[in-house]
Amino acid sequence: MARIAGVNIPTGKRVEIALRYIHGIGPKFSKEICEKCSIPADRRVSQLTDAEVLQIRETIDRDYTVEGDLRREVQTNIKRLMDLGCYRGLRHRKGLPVRGQRTHTNARTRKGKAVPIAGKKKATK
Amino acid sequence: MTRSVWKGPFVDGYLLKKADKSRASGRNEVIKIWSRRSTILPQFVGLTFGVHNGQKHIPVNVTEDMIGHKFGEFAPTRIFHGHGGDKKAVKR
Repeated sequence: MARIAGVNIPTGKRVEIALRYIHGIGPKFSKEICEKCSIPADRRVSQLTDAEVLQIRETIDRDYTVEGDLRREVQTNIKRLMDLGCYRGLRHRKGLPVRGQRTHTNARTRKGKAVPIAGKKKATK
Repeated sequence: MTRSVWKGPFVDGYLLKKADKSRASGRNEVIKIWSRRSTILPQFVGLTFGVHNGQKHIPVNVTEDMIGHKFGEFAPTRIFHGHGGDKKAVKR
């Protein structure tokens, strides 16, 4: 078991894949980290030495924003928009798509599950 | 796609003149503008602009945070009054 960047414990997978379980580290960054720590591509997490784990941990701490810090950063960015009173902020406040997508149909990710309109009769066959 | 840096921020030229004039006059009056597409520059901070929303000019007090945004972002062009039987929607 390897704990890297707080709570993440990916084991058994290749290091490059396992690192992506950390919020804020995707294909690009995980590759970068592996290169920086000079870890071969076919190394599994369970086969890492303590020194290597420590090295990965330090690299992430030093060079990347990850997990809680990243989430907080994103939240403050959104909050800034909302406080500013600009269009994007208003969309965030209302929970509607921010980047000009259509809302006539779809947009369910932002709006949440569809709620039936009270009093509207279903069409009978 | 993002605008090229070498072009600099887009601003309609007459805004700079209007801003300078308003600064020189010293009175803090609303500067009416129609150019919603212009970027808010650092020299606009502290002034009040009346940004046209297609119907009237919405007063926008420019603060430091707004730099880099466009004027149009602060003057919504649509007003949503809520749907017919919707009691939750705020009516204005």
